[in-house]
Amino acid sequence: MTSVRKVGERGAKTQRRHIGPGVVLWRAARTRRGKIGLSLAGLIVAVAAIGPFVAPYSPTAFVGLPYAPPSTAALLGTDTLGRDVLSRVLEGGWVLLIMAVAATTIGVALGAMAGITAAYLRGAVDTVIMRLADVILAFPQLVFALLLVSLVGPRLWLIVLAIALSHVPQVARVSYGTAAGVCERPFIKAQELNGVRPHRIMIDEIFPNLITPIVVEFGLRLTFSIVVMAGLSFLGFGQPPPAPNWGYMISENRVGLAQNPWGVVVPAILIAVLTIGVNTFGDAVARVAMGAVGRRSEIALVGSGVGVVDGSEETTTVLVDAGGVP
Amino acid sequence: MGLFRSMRTWRKRSPLVQLLVSRVWQGIVTLVIVSILIFWATEVLPGNAAYAVLGHNASPAEVHSLEIQLHLNRGLFAQYVSWVAGVLSGHLGTSIASGVPVWTLLKPRLVNSAVLAVAAGVVGATVAVLLGVLAAARKDSKLDDAVSGFALATIALPEFVVAITLVILLSTVVWHFFPGVSVLAPGTYPWNAPKLMILPVAALVIIVVPYIFRMTRAAMIEALESDFCEMARLKGVPRGRMLLVHALPNALPPIVQVTALTFLYLAGGIVIVEEAFAYPGIGQGLVNAVSARDIPVIQAIVLLLAAFYVVVNIVADVVVLLLTPRRREAR
Repeated sequence: MTSVRKVGERGAKTQRRHIGPGVVLWRAARTRRGKIGLSLAGLIVAVAAIGPFVAPYSPTAFVGLPYAPPSTAALLGTDTLGRDVLSRVLEGGWVLLIMAVAATTIGVALGAMAGITAAYLRGAVDTVIMRLADVILAFPQLVFALLLVSLVGPRLWLIVLAIALSHVPQVARVSYGTAAGVCERPFIKAQELNGVRPHRIMIDEIFPNLITPIVVEFGLRLTFSIVVMAGLSFLGFGQPPPAPNWGYMISENRVGLAQNPWGVVVPAILIAVLTIGVNTFGDAVARVAMGAVGRRSEIALVGSGVGVVDGSEETTTVLVDAGGVP
Repeated sequence: MGLFRSMRTWRKRSPLVQLLVSRVWQGIVTLVIVSILIFWATEVLPGNAAYAVLGHNASPAEVHSLEIQLHLNRGLFAQYVSWVAGVLSGHLGTSIASGVPVWTLLKPRLVNSAVLAVAAGVVGATVAVLLGVLAAARKDSKLDDAVSGFALATIALPEFVVAITLVILLSTVVWHFFPGVSVLAPGTYPWNAPKLMILPVAALVIIVVPYIFRMTRAAMIEALESDFCEMARLKGVPRGRMLLVHALPNALPPIVQVTALTFLYLAGGIVIVEEAFAYPGIGQGLVNAVSARDIPVIQAIVLLLAAFYVVVNIVADVVVLLLTPRRREAR
């Protein structure tokens, strides 16, 4: 049993067919997990996208007394100032979604660039980049964002930038691990002998080999972006107050939980379903991608989500010693 | 000379000492850069601390007098050196918002947060490892499916959603078992009011368990499928002994790593949970300080959290080394 598994693994590893990100996403979308994740996330995206067009009232209009229970006029009742909860829910998601996607895209792009550059150029560049990554890691994501917000004030671009920057170290470590392996391969050396410029080698030769791990990383990072961004809004450092926002709705309507719980319950459910959906789909993509390269290690899979497996030599040794990553 | 040489051979002999020296050194470098970054960010970025405190429409005279009070009129390097010297001798400055020394302000909060984080970490890690071992032992059973599914769902939940769900279920709308806010009177410590601790600790435990559970389960499954466990099984070692004596010790290094990461995460997650329950810890202190633009308090809390990160990382590396015989021996 055990030996068969080992042989199978080794066989898969030596073949190591290159599978594109499109195929990985498609296969992931057809697994059970992928279907569940995609439909949950899709549902919330639909609410956030269509919501503003079907909202019965303006999100800032006063339609009744504060914390009025649901009625035919206001299906989910009113909030702390007497505004329609339903309209605010329908209007309060799209900014969060766009900001989360933007922060993730910027963060993953910067992280991949940093990781590839460090792995290819080595030497002093490598040391400086990876050291800086360690330094940023010493700030918890939310604290890093809070630090920046405390200086410049709660600006939306700043929050996007702060969250993007806080993603960079982990993405850089993951891409560094993969890129370091690719840099050793003969075709890179061949291109060097052909006199191809370093930046072209990094973009044209190394990057394409990293697309699949980067897609996997994008899914994981997107969940974190949504969580941190909604958390910042909850703390009151998101969009400025009159604008509706799921995170801030939860904290502003908390006091009236006993009179009209819907102003808290509905945004909480929407955020929960969104993060669960995105994370479940991300997990499905990670599983398919790991299976495709013959790394069916549960430790590596679970670890990649929390940052234990980061391609750094230290961790890999530990995992190999523990009987982990082949 | 002789001492130097013996130190060198000593370092070469023991991987533990080697690791400690390199990690402590790296940690110091990290902290120095972190302190420069914090300092640079808070003093140099748009305007300076004086503008940050007074707002951007402050009169130049007001700004100037505050600049003198905060020593902003001196050179940057001199400011940095005096700040670091202050931090190292325990003088973290004076809170701008309240006029109280930062340390006096932070000490009770630090105790409160430490109690909360340690309670959540210990309870969470225990529950998670137990569940992980059970799920791995009965892989693909109903129990495994249920707990794994629950973990996959809760791992993605934002902290405030967990907190608010607990408040809705246990303290306001559905039942009224526990108080919904955990306001400690000044001078009261959390161990004097255990009932107030239950919900914040529960929220953090729910957030922490999935990570450690998933790693424990994965590491245990890999250990159980290894050759030496196969061997033990063929020899007829009893199931319980096999789990706890053969598999678990080999699964520990990644579990320790993920637990360390979880503690690091707690340093950030605690901010939201404390704010959600109005619990007077450093997380809530940070949120208040950010709202009030109380720069000295922000600097102190962020630096404390970074130091915490460095220390936890070193401890985790050492524990992992001690748990891994092959790496413990000299190479």
